[in-house]
Amino acid sequence: MIPEIGHYALVLALALGIVQGCVPFYGAQRNDPVLMGMAVPTAVAQFAFIGISFAALTAAYVGSDFSVVNVFENSHSLKPLLYKISGVWGNHEGSMLLWVLILALFGALVALFGGNLPLTLKANVLSVQSWIAVAFILFILVTSNPFLRLVPAPGEGRDLNPLLQDPGLAIHPPLLYVGYVGLSISFSFAIAALIEGRIDAAWARWVRPWTLLAWIFLTLGISMGSYWAYYTLGWGGWWFWDPVENASFMPWLIATALLHSAVVMEKRNALKIWTILLAILAFSLSLIGTFLVRSGVLTSVHAFATDPTRGVFILALLVLFIGGALALFAWRAPMLKQGGLFAPVSREGALVLNNLFLITACMTVFVGTLYPLALEALTGEKISVGAPFFNATFGPLFLILLLAVPFGPLLAWKRGDLPGVAQRLMAAAGIALVVMAGTFAILWGGPVLAPLAIGIAVFVIAGAFTDLAERAAIARVPLKTSFRRAAGLPRSAWGSMLAHLGLGLTLIGIVGETQFGTERIAEMKPGQTISISGYDFHFDGMTTQQGPNYSDQVTRFTVRRGNDVVGVMEPSKRTFPSRSTTRTEAALMGRGFTQLYLSLGDLSPAGTIAVRVYHKPLVLLIWLGTIVMVIGGTLSLTDRRLRVGAPKPARGKPAMQPAE
Amino acid sequence: MTRKQRRLVLIGSALAVLVLAVGLVLTALKDSIVFFNSPTDVVEKQVAPGARIRLGGLVQEGSVARGDNLQVRFAVTDGRNTIPVAYQGVLPDLFREGQGVVTEGALDQTGTFKADNVLAKHDENYMPREVADRLKQQGHWKDDAGKKTGTAGKGITP
Repeated sequence: MIPEIGHYALVLALALGIVQGCVPFYGAQRNDPVLMGMAVPTAVAQFAFIGISFAALTAAYVGSDFSVVNVFENSHSLKPLLYKISGVWGNHEGSMLLWVLILALFGALVALFGGNLPLTLKANVLSVQSWIAVAFILFILVTSNPFLRLVPAPGEGRDLNPLLQDPGLAIHPPLLYVGYVGLSISFSFAIAALIEGRIDAAWARWVRPWTLLAWIFLTLGISMGSYWAYYTLGWGGWWFWDPVENASFMPWLIATALLHSAVVMEKRNALKIWTILLAILAFSLSLIGTFLVRSGVLTSVHAFATDPTRGVFILALLVLFIGGALALFAWRAPMLKQGGLFAPVSREGALVLNNLFLITACMTVFVGTLYPLALEALTGEKISVGAPFFNATFGPLFLILLLAVPFGPLLAWKRGDLPGVAQRLMAAAGIALVVMAGTFAILWGGPVLAPLAIGIAVFVIAGAFTDLAERAAIARVPLKTSFRRAAGLPRSAWGSMLAHLGLGLTLIGIVGETQFGTERIAEMKPGQTISISGYDFHFDGMTTQQGPNYSDQVTRFTVRRGNDVVGVMEPSKRTFPSRSTTRTEAALMGRGFTQLYLSLGDLSPAGTIAVRVYHKPLVLLIWLGTIVMVIGGTLSLTDRRLRVGAPKPARGKPAMQPAE
Repeated sequence: MTRKQRRLVLIGSALAVLVLAVGLVLTALKDSIVFFNSPTDVVEKQVAPGARIRLGGLVQEGSVARGDNLQVRFAVTDGRNTIPVAYQGVLPDLFREGQGVVTEGALDQTGTFKADNVLAKHDENYMPREVADRLKQQGHWKDDAGKKTGTAGKGITP
């Protein structure tokens, strides 16, 4: 009964979505406030019905109702409750349902908290949002219905892929989806602006918090996914340039560009058309990502689906939405009024440069991700484009961008003074050069790129502090005044400073892990010792333990540095009888920002076990940096200017405080 | 600066970045892509020794032989041709006889494929698509992955 309720609720949501897509839109054309007002209750009700549908599927999972095909294929009665719940989105159908749930959630949020939006804009935004929802609910109902029944009901399920039985699955996909589905709001705003043919600085002020919110979750989602892969896959990698990762990374790059260009639009009323285009592109890349992941065109761990009808359906949606949006853009954008002028060397100019590099970097990722697919479709030749391609293309572009990062916030709006800024960055550059020379000396004869990248990272970090010091006028006024000034800075200023700081930290982590990390692989018997980077790992022995739906072969290693025992690491091999698969549980030990990583390979009949040991210097900075970025984004989101939301006449700002 | 000059600066720098990116992409595509081959492709195309390729197929039943120091030898087959593979290192959890595998490396002079990377990014329901396609083409597709859709087909719409 419960699955039928879920199915029925989804059909109702579809019907409501059609109403929400048409009535307010028509109302906006006729300027009829009653019809436009329909958008709010329908958006909330649509979210409620999809919520019921999602709850019904969750109930089927929790109650292990194996008469539902989807539950049978992906669940098991012995599975822990957490994985029963996260199993809801650990498969194609359920994850699409989560996708539309989040889409409807954002629609409802705009409906409820968009009180100060002009009525027509709100009506148009919500109808565009609803068109997307209708298309994807239809996709679920037609090709990926999670509520299909199985007769007769099997007694036991086939269990979830063991690799997915991890807390990571409970966290990573929802965060990621909030991120990239959240970009739908910026898209809907852009389309609404094009439909109305009107766009102003207030528009940017409304779009920016939504984009920022999506960006925060996207950043967290990507970062958590990376950490999950790192500890769960057992070979110590944290980013594989896997097409599925790229699918989430491309919208992130464009969303980052969008955040920056929206600042220009809000502050200077320039780059309007460009900002609209970015808003369209960001969500288009989310859709392309959904297509890549959900159509099963890729060779990847994440591609659970392998059904061509789905692929064709999503492809049609892609063409409809991206093609439609770009066509509308081409038709309406020339009618929008061009914005303010600025000199190439200015804050605006720096932000344009940022956009230019982010977009080009995104394009290289796009080419690397889609080229193999295109080549195969055209010639039948199968190739793989891996990390070397991305390191050689994305890497240099991003390093140049990072080099420019400290300059941006220090340049004045409209017309900047580059020599002046360079002078103020002397200290930062000095520190960076010293660190670079230091690393170079230590690594004498080693890779040239490592010290260079470290130098750039230090420059970005020192640059972020320089920005703060400049704003607070440290060393120019008494310290107390400086503190007062720093505390009085707008939160968005702190936000951008922290975001840039985080970027630098992440880069240091990346360089540390990739350039200075060491690895050893060996076959070991109990009693033997293996050493890496000054740490000795003594293999104490092996025991077998029983988990709820798996058995665990746990090995025990005592880690010593010199004569001191540092700790004990217990990597294991987990066997899941329901799928007769094995999964390695790596053991991690933190030493400051550095980690020791221990993972197991095959057990030989002779009683030896293959062991992989890694020493990963500063690896934790990779994720810590993203957390700092997220904190920066959140601070910026709580900025009073954005919370107020409504366009207020610009009040005279204190002259000493550079406009953020 | 006039509006026109400003626009020129903007377009100029955009083009410069674009040219840089295209240059990087083209060099990288020349150097760092790897072609995927089945054992039959390797035989028919006469892949030169030393050329870096991906070799994919099924691990031949009974072919896995482990030596000292994590040395392992096995054979990759697509039913028509079989290529011996030598690898040193830890095999992925999902590596098994009779299952799909993708290895990366190069052929040596004796015709053995020296792999430096063995990928098994799949579970028993999911075979690398490249492998599945080739096996289907050559009629060696055992409809194991199809089992899943088979049961799903029995479902009725509520």
